[in-house]
Amino acid sequence: MKAIAASLAFVGRRLMQAALVMLAVLVIAFAVRAALGDPLREIMGEAVPEAEREELRHELGLDRPWPAQLARYLGGAVQGDFGTSIIYKRPTLEIVLAKFPASFELVLGASLIVLLLSVPAGIYCAVRPRAIGARLILGLSVLGISVPVFLTGIFLITMFSVWLGLLPAFGRGETIRVGVWETGLLTGDGLRHLILPALTLSSIMLPLFIRLVRGAMLDELGHDYVRTARAKGASPLRVWLSHALRNALLPLVAIGGLQIGTLIAYTLLTETVFQWPGMGFLFLEAVTRADIPLITTYLVFVGLLFVITNTLVDVVSLMLDPRISLEGIR
Amino acid sequence: MSAEALRTRPRALLGFAAERPGAALAAIVLGIIALAAMLAPAIAPQDPFDLKSFDVLDAGLPPAWLDGSDPRFLLGTDAQGRDLFSAILYGTRISLIVGVLAVAIQSAIGIPLGLLAGYSGGRVDTIVARAADIQLSLSTLMLAIIALALFRAGLGGESLSRYAVPLLVLVIGLAEWPYFARTARAATQVEAAKDYVRAARALGASRFAIMGRHILPNISSPLIVVATTQIAGAIMAEAALSFLGLGMPVTKPSLGTLIRSGYDLIFAGAWWVTVLPGLVLVGLLVAVNLLGDALRDGLDPRRTAR
Repeated sequence: MKAIAASLAFVGRRLMQAALVMLAVLVIAFAVRAALGDPLREIMGEAVPEAEREELRHELGLDRPWPAQLARYLGGAVQGDFGTSIIYKRPTLEIVLAKFPASFELVLGASLIVLLLSVPAGIYCAVRPRAIGARLILGLSVLGISVPVFLTGIFLITMFSVWLGLLPAFGRGETIRVGVWETGLLTGDGLRHLILPALTLSSIMLPLFIRLVRGAMLDELGHDYVRTARAKGASPLRVWLSHALRNALLPLVAIGGLQIGTLIAYTLLTETVFQWPGMGFLFLEAVTRADIPLITTYLVFVGLLFVITNTLVDVVSLMLDPRISLEGIR
Repeated sequence: MSAEALRTRPRALLGFAAERPGAALAAIVLGIIALAAMLAPAIAPQDPFDLKSFDVLDAGLPPAWLDGSDPRFLLGTDAQGRDLFSAILYGTRISLIVGVLAVAIQSAIGIPLGLLAGYSGGRVDTIVARAADIQLSLSTLMLAIIALALFRAGLGGESLSRYAVPLLVLVIGLAEWPYFARTARAATQVEAAKDYVRAARALGASRFAIMGRHILPNISSPLIVVATTQIAGAIMAEAALSFLGLGMPVTKPSLGTLIRSGYDLIFAGAWWVTVLPGLVLVGLLVAVNLLGDALRDGLDPRRTAR
């Protein structure tokens, strides 16, 4: 009972922290808007007489002191109102959310590739460190780290789209609407469009994860319990998979989860190369056309993703590993 | 082998190179690229920044080994008729300059902070370590993208182009100081407990003299390793930012800008405009990374050849 209470208190404290970080993100977003954006331009455009502008400024409370404006912005944010996009003339949150499925499916595809390849490759490199295959994998992973993600994309496009003409090089292809979610995973064309971008995005995470799995497995294989399991007659495969791997997964969750910021940046680059209509592509369009409300909404959304992942990683680590002492975390 | 030995004994350096042919090759490739980039104004047949020196009639010519090429342009031309060989030389120069200057800023912030944290301990240590943790958890590339994006959205693409070099150096430099701080801190903690530091303290040397004159030379090996990998990281970050249109402008292209501006031509069949600068960038990064790996193995006595 005591342990459960302590866990709940820990989760509660993490949620409080998450809320505080989000508040900080919102204040920064407000400051950016106040410094760079003119809210009247979003609404009226340039060619409106000054008197009319003054009137609207008063009506919107823009002539009031900044704490009142901040309160107004936060109040709107809580209700999902982040302003109106200058380019699209629609609520910014609606536009960002509409682009979310594209980015999510790209990351999902890449994560699947990373998971399916890095776990076997990492285990192999850990249990057979001297094999030629293991050296080859580690050598290739140095190369993988050295190739910027946008270049991987360009090389893949040059090869598979331009020279061989096998796969499409840009866009999402045919999509189907399931409720509010616009998916490209249910059509053959959509899946074909996903292959190159997902491979590209996975190429940059793969070397890191192979090294992580390998390192974690090497650590676990040195422990006494592995030797005990072998001595009891468990087959090597069983020891690797159900004993060592299970314990090796924990650092993987923790470190993998903390990569979310980097993952968002790489997704942005991949989307740019493949003109993938996701959130990153939208963000760059907003930057080019100085759509401040859209830019700040994207930043708030990215901040939210970041906070959610970090909180989840902490809570999941706690559930996976009973050894993590709650006293220590406090 | 210590950093000192590498520097003072050419024999040791040769032995080191013979042990690791890969690293030696990397060093040679890096040397050639760096030399060519530094001598760009003398080697390049054309000034790629001078719009008057090239003609749009020469646009889209392939490299010399393909059909329809022009012997004047060894690696072909881009969409504006710019000689690609010259553009790559000048672009590599910008990439290297930005990378090295950014790492100079990182180390100028990170090393003193790490020394101070590692030597002082206590509250200073906690603050520096926490600040480094927070900064790293935010993903430096994302921070750089956001900072430059806000600059561009706020002040316009025009001013971004004008101040691109100092901005890139500053953004990449400020974003990654924690790597130096962490390494310097950990190494300082080890050194601070040693006898020579105690002796210096007993002789009445000031804190700053001990940190600067006694500890710093002794922690230089791991810092050199970090600097190498950080230069690779900074060059890659610069290329990524320029590729996104948040870095060097088309009029003064770095390797990333060249890749970006050539990218639109792939589908027209002119793959070389983007693939060739891309290969140079990859070669540069692989060379720096291999050299960093070799230095790490060579300078760290705990990591003897397995």
